[in-house]
Amino acid sequence: MHIMEGFLPAEHCVVWTAVSAPFVVQGGMRLRKIMREHPQMRLTLAASGAFTFVLSALKMPSVTGSCSHPTGTGLGAVLFGPPVMSVIGAIVLLFQALLLAHGGITTLGANIFSMAIVGPWVSYGLYKLFRSFGLSMALGVFVGAAAGDLATYITTSVELAAAYPDAASGYLGAFLKFMGVFAITQIPLAVAEGLLTVIVMNALSQKTDVLNELGLIQSRPS
Amino acid sequence: MISRRTNYLLIAAVLALVVFPLVFVNGKFGGSDDQGSDAVASSRPGFKPWIEPIWEPPSPEIESLLFAVQAAIGAGVIGYVLGRIHGSAKEREAQKQKAPPRDVAH
Repeated sequence: MHIMEGFLPAEHCVVWTAVSAPFVVQGGMRLRKIMREHPQMRLTLAASGAFTFVLSALKMPSVTGSCSHPTGTGLGAVLFGPPVMSVIGAIVLLFQALLLAHGGITTLGANIFSMAIVGPWVSYGLYKLFRSFGLSMALGVFVGAAAGDLATYITTSVELAAAYPDAASGYLGAFLKFMGVFAITQIPLAVAEGLLTVIVMNALSQKTDVLNELGLIQSRPS
Repeated sequence: MISRRTNYLLIAAVLALVVFPLVFVNGKFGGSDDQGSDAVASSRPGFKPWIEPIWEPPSPEIESLLFAVQAAIGAGVIGYVLGRIHGSAKEREAQKQKAPPRDVAH
């Protein structure tokens, strides 16, 4: 999902940066509020950020014979809400742009929009939807995280198609072409990300009332 | 949320998802991010990125080193947090057993 440095025309870079910036700023304010009001949440917050750090560094093989990486933003999106992941995702993407030449500074806004805004919001929205139907937390986390992963790559395809419409088949043709590169490769990895997110969520919530404090479960009678 | 046994099954499923393509798919396993860049370049003959990265890892070895560092930092933090959470939960339990809560007589 990383669009490499110089691969988006300058005006697209400006637009995506302008679109993403308010989300990151709002996320920063949300993050400060959580740190101030719930200092005991700092450990869980660190773990959510670290999860994105790990998963976005792992390029895993897929059934198409290509490699791709998960995003790891679903966990934090479910636990702390999507705005927090906008900041954490932006930090990860900046790290990769500066130290790994993976992604770029000019394309940072577009990459933040796909991985740190659309992905987390899709994860969070689906998680809430599943929970409102009374489905289990594990199922909600799994579907949310997997769908957020996939949505990130679909967004990248949209961003690339908007910049490079196909000469013959236009925007739609270009979108389908980029989806051909990203989508099928990503499906098994999105499933893997969903499962990993459930595992880590489970490990983080055992023996603690983290979920309770975050209002994710009804307080248990003890 | 889910039982320990289910957790092991989930870990096995993740491993299977990753190992299956390596064993059964004959591919080059290049990165999809780079394939996206290639798709842009091939649709626009003579395409050149209009700006280069400020700094690039000098070799694939250095690049994989930095990716490994990124993953290691993340895994280290997660391990630390899980250790803290479980450690403090144990301590709380031990304290509870040592000093049972006094009866509230009045």
